[in-house]
Order: sequence, then structure tokens, then C-alpha cells
Amino acid sequence: MNPLERYAPLVDDTDAFFAACERPLPSVVRVNTIKSDSERVRRALDDEGVAYEPVEWHDGLLGLPDGSPGTNWPYFHGWLHGQEEVSAVPALALDPQPGEKVWDSCAAPGSKTTQLSAMMDDRGVVVGNDNNLGRLSSLRHNAERLGVTNLVVTKQDGRNFSLKPFGFDEFDRAIVDAPCSCEGTIRKNPDTLDEWTLEHVHSVAAVQKGILSRAVQATKPGGTVVYSTCTFAPEENEAVVDHVLETEDCEVVDFDCPLDSVSGVTEWEGDSYDRSVERTHRIYPHLNDTGGFYCAKLEVTG
Amino acid sequence: MSDDPSGGAAAGDDLRENVGQQFGRLPATDADREVEGRATREAVIDFFADRFGIDPAIFADFTFWEKGKGKIWIFADEAPSPISVEGLGMTVLRTRQEHWKPTHSAIQRFGNHATKNVIELDGEAAAAFVRGEDQELDWEGDWGYLIAAHEIGVGPEGRPVRDGTAVERGEREPIGVGLYVYGELRSTVPKGNQESLSPL
Repeated sequence: MNPLERYAPLVDDTDAFFAACERPLPSVVRVNTIKSDSERVRRALDDEGVAYEPVEWHDGLLGLPDGSPGTNWPYFHGWLHGQEEVSAVPALALDPQPGEKVWDSCAAPGSKTTQLSAMMDDRGVVVGNDNNLGRLSSLRHNAERLGVTNLVVTKQDGRNFSLKPFGFDEFDRAIVDAPCSCEGTIRKNPDTLDEWTLEHVHSVAAVQKGILSRAVQATKPGGTVVYSTCTFAPEENEAVVDHVLETEDCEVVDFDCPLDSVSGVTEWEGDSYDRSVERTHRIYPHLNDTGGFYCAKLEVTG
Repeated sequence: MSDDPSGGAAAGDDLRENVGQQFGRLPATDADREVEGRATREAVIDFFADRFGIDPAIFADFTFWEKGKGKIWIFADEAPSPISVEGLGMTVLRTRQEHWKPTHSAIQRFGNHATKNVIELDGEAAAAFVRGEDQELDWEGDWGYLIAAHEIGVGPEGRPVRDGTAVERGEREPIGVGLYVYGELRSTVPKGNQESLSPL
């Protein structure tokens, strides 16, 4: 059975949902404002004869219908980075400011991390953490290519992340783009569900709770924490947010989701979650012709 | 080319050894050096000013660090020194060798501020450079490390109105680091960055 069938009761238009999951994902790139700007990138793509399409909701995203986004001059110069539309949402929700200290707990391979740096004008600090050396090397490579100078790369377990190496003891903001069952990437990786089990969903949810708890603890009162996954399972989304609402000092806050989305669910397979998770966002593939995604914004209260 | 300031008198007996697995901040000047052979902030900034005419003010808000032997990193903020992390900003320069070599990423990031030792490549030459190829080219200036650059994404206001009119320097984009010797420009674009692109 297709594991996605279990989400049919949550989706308004199941035919459109399943049809979208079958289609390959459009190729999208983000303009790296550390090195260039949208205008100049478009002129360069024009000169090179590379076709592109604007992404309506964001001036800094371009669709490249002919594929191979990594083979053109602007990409070589580090002006572009391959990043699908939904993946640009959590950094916008976090809204980091130049000069701040920001933690990206699960940073590799770095699309969102480098987006944070660009939004901060490459000033202040982004601490990009990951626990896998191979993935860290792709994070390093991407950051160098994009000209990022405000990134500190660390290799720690996010669940008990230590700020000891740094000259500060709390972050202004944190982003937890958690390892997950990746159901929402089915359009990019059609075999992603081959290994799907409910046991895996539960075990990865335990890790997610640990990392998100640590992110809330490591962020200053009044600071912002954004939680995101590329999966549909409420066990990995609303249930994780519900857990930290209970165990840590934080609350869900609204954010303007730039893509069409639906509210987080408060009930799932006999469990119920805090009402405020309705203010979190589920993005299904058929709503905007993107991958699937979940995003929650929290404010640290204590 | 800049001389390596590590050779000679500064290496006294009381200097600590460089520790490879952590980042140590560069001393401001020779007088502040505590780690043997470590380049100074002053020397790094002088290198970019002397070799490429990059205004030292460009680097005013950055800190410089060494990890491993002679690999210099540039970081946008402050940090305690030494610090044990996997990465601190971006690699910028290779020191502790006769001729200091700027990194590909540093030249792509800061090379647009250069005012000298920039070799402009036309369409096919630029494409060959990105493929990692060496090529015979005329160059009147110094031998050694050059910034290879080309025009890309030139706006209407920057386009030459007639032949021979220079474009704004802002529209000239650094491609990478070349080594010019014996009438030949050798591409040092790292293998992982090399690409086969159509000439512009």
C-alpha cells in the first residue's frame, strides 16, 4: 500500500494530491544576494540563452524549465543555488536580521543555511550544525561557492548541542529543518517511500522532539524558533510541536505563509494536539505545484 | 608577489606551535605573534592590496584565522581564539609557502574590488579557463597569480556605446585564480568547480 494513502482524510482534493505526487518537481533556483541580484542574474541568463520563469511570490526564485540548473554561468559564479520553492519558506518565517546569532541545527547540505546568511547580508553569525561528516562537506562546499563568510560549521548531536565553543550563550533565532521521513520529496525522489515504516516515523519523531527542545532552550526569551519538515506525517509535525509546547517555554505564533497552505491538524489517529498548532502550515504538493512541506513558527517565552 | 613574513627573526623560542585541528586568530601585526610562522592580519590585508589593489577597508569588518598549516579563513564576526569547529567563515588564502595563493572562493567573493593584476578573458578563453585548461595568452603585467575575469550580465547602462568604451568595473566579474608564467595562463579552478559552459 502507498503510505501516502493514510493522509487522504487530511487532504481536500485527494485526486489532485495523488496526481501531483506523481509528477516530477519543477527545477527552481534561488538568487544568492551575497554575490549578485535578480536583475543581473536575469540579464546573464538572457545573454547565455538559458530559459527561466519568474516565481510569482518571490523575486529571488527562478524556475529553470530546461533542467540542469547547475550548468550555466550565473551558477558557476555562485549567483544561483538549486533550491525548491517550499524549501525557501522556513528562512522567510524565521526572518533573521544582519548581526544576529542564528542556529541552524540540521544545516547540511545548506540551501536554507546559505539563504539565512544572505538574508543577514552575510553579517552576524549563522551556526550551521550537522552530525554527519559527509553532509558537512557538502555544506562547506556550498557555502564557499556562494561566498558565505558568516557561517560557523559544527559537528554535534543537535539534541544536546553545546554553545561552549562560542563567545555567546544563547541564539537570537534557531531553525530546525529536521531529518524526517521525507514523504513530501516523493516528486524529487520517487523511491523515497520504498523503505517507509511507521516504526521509522516514530523513531525519527523522537529525534525531532529532542532537537526542537534543544533549539527552544538555546534561544533567548522573545527569540524565534522555526520548525520544518518535508513530510506529511502528523507524528513528525504537529505532534513534535505539541511536545515542545508542553515541555519547553514557548508558544506558536502566526506567520504569513507565502505559498497556499492549510492549517496544522489538531487530531490524528486518536491523539489530539494543542489547539495552537492550527496556526502552523501544511503545504501539499497540489496546492502550489511544489514538494510537500510543514512549517511552524514558535516564540520563546521563558 | 608578497614575501612570506613567516621566515626569519619572528620565530623565537617562546612561540607556540600551530595546532592543526583548531582555528587560531591571526595576530594583528608581527609584534603580536604568539604562534610560530603564523601570518598576520596586516600581512594578509597588505597582500590583497599590493597584489590586486583591493582597498584594505574592504576587510575592516572581518576577522582572519588559521587552521591547518597556512590555510587562512575569513570570518564575518568575532569568536574566541582558539576555537575548535569544522569551519569558520570561508577559506581566503594559502600562506606558509613562497608565493601566497588566494582561494577560488575568495577571488569570486572579493575579486570584484581588484584594480590590478586582473586579466580579462573573452568568450572562448573564459570558457576554457572554467574547464580548467591552460592557455597561451599575452599579458604585459607581472607574472604570478592573476584574477581571471569577464563581463557578464552587463546592464543597458553599462553596455559600451561604441567599440572601445569600457564597461563599468562593476560588470566585470571574477572567474577565478590563474597562474601566469612563460606566456601561459594556467587555470587553478578547483576540479569540483570546473564546468563546461558555452562561451558568452
